[in-house]
Amino acid sequence: MPEVFQVTSLSLQVSAAATAISLLIGLPLGTSLALGRFPGRSLLLSIVNTGMGLPPVVVGLAVAITLWRSGPLGDLHLIYTPAAIVIAQVIIAAPIVTGLTAAALQALDPRFRLQLYGLGASRAQMTWYLWREARLPLLAALMAGFGGVISEVGASMMVGGNIRFQTRVLTTAIVLETSKGNFDIAIALGLLLLIITFLVNLALTRIQQRGRS
Amino acid sequence: MKALLEAERLVVRRDGHTVLEVPHLAVQRGEVLAAVGPNGAGKTTFFMAAARLLPYQGKLLFDGDRVETLGAIAYRRRLALVMQEPLLFDTSVYRNVDMGLRFRGLPREAVKVRVARWLSRLEIEHLAARSARKISGGEAQRVSLARAFVLEPELLLLDEPFSGLDNATRRRLLGDLRAILLETRTTAIFITHNLNEAIRIASHLAVFLEGRVCQVGTVTEVLDRPATPQIAAFLGTVGAAQMTSG
Repeated sequence: MPEVFQVTSLSLQVSAAATAISLLIGLPLGTSLALGRFPGRSLLLSIVNTGMGLPPVVVGLAVAITLWRSGPLGDLHLIYTPAAIVIAQVIIAAPIVTGLTAAALQALDPRFRLQLYGLGASRAQMTWYLWREARLPLLAALMAGFGGVISEVGASMMVGGNIRFQTRVLTTAIVLETSKGNFDIAIALGLLLLIITFLVNLALTRIQQRGRS
Repeated sequence: MKALLEAERLVVRRDGHTVLEVPHLAVQRGEVLAAVGPNGAGKTTFFMAAARLLPYQGKLLFDGDRVETLGAIAYRRRLALVMQEPLLFDTSVYRNVDMGLRFRGLPREAVKVRVARWLSRLEIEHLAARSARKISGGEAQRVSLARAFVLEPELLLLDEPFSGLDNATRRRLLGDLRAILLETRTTAIFITHNLNEAIRIASHLAVFLEGRVCQVGTVTEVLDRPATPQIAAFLGTVGAAQMTSG
């Protein structure tokens, strides 16, 4: 039982950290893609949109090669650590948060921006109020980012190594138990993953819907 | 006398084409100028340029200073804008009205007093806690007016604020706006394609035709002595059509 708690706790910590970092990257990047006018903007938007569908195993492979002992960042000794899983999950979630943030802000009436400037808003105040106005789709972006990383298995397995008490998370544990034929444990862990995902999304949905007028 | 807003040889270009040309236009303090003209005559472009919301060439002076030297935010904080659609934010009526004051960093108590005064003046204090998305079009435009007047602007810019409303609501709001403008002596530029509205509210007219300000003067001057046959035709046609319709 303590092992289940440890695995669950690590899953939550890793995915929460990856989602938070993705938000820190995705919110400003998505905002500048939606509101800015600069050369290469549509190319960057296309890259982000492509990134929203990145296969986790491909991300896992790229991160594993980079963090491998003989790889370019091998000296950091991050391979098979929770940090490596966070890095891979950020690469998966950041484009999702960025792309959905850009879409959410682009869906707003562009005259809101003019109205905010007309009311004397600074750029930062204008951005904050546009985020507020788009809070429903922005929280949906956050949920999509979290959902993408809590449920992925390929990247966590490849860069984390599924090491007991160190890098084993719920998804990699399910794969392991299934491969060992322990279907009852695998099903129990699967249900646990579903419940956790549901509870996190329930909390975010509550926040999202509370903001509705 | 130093004009509050003065445009000289002001030009706005879009995709290489001139979309607005203002040879000269001045608005004195306390004056209400109506910018009239048919749709597509450049009135909204002038509104946007005057609020520094789009780039222009030429000279735009505010209280004698070049607008570009004032800093965009500092300049806009001396104005208030009311657009054709109220564009209220998804929050309460109160939070919509106090928004501009919060941007200016006014103390909470001062904000409360000013918002209460303007909610009451525009007869919408009962809507304060209501969601701005759940009020009627006429109420929404009242909120938009309160949001502008609460800022106590030096210059109020209004772009066809009542065009989306039914006749009865429009007439009432126009009457209220006229009374408030007189009472507060707020300098205003009121953009409209409705000559009746313009005559009811303004002391001066600027006629916009085909992207150019063709004549500026007092209402009587412009109506009695149109500078060109085109202006006379516009004033005559529009006037006659609107006199009969309402």
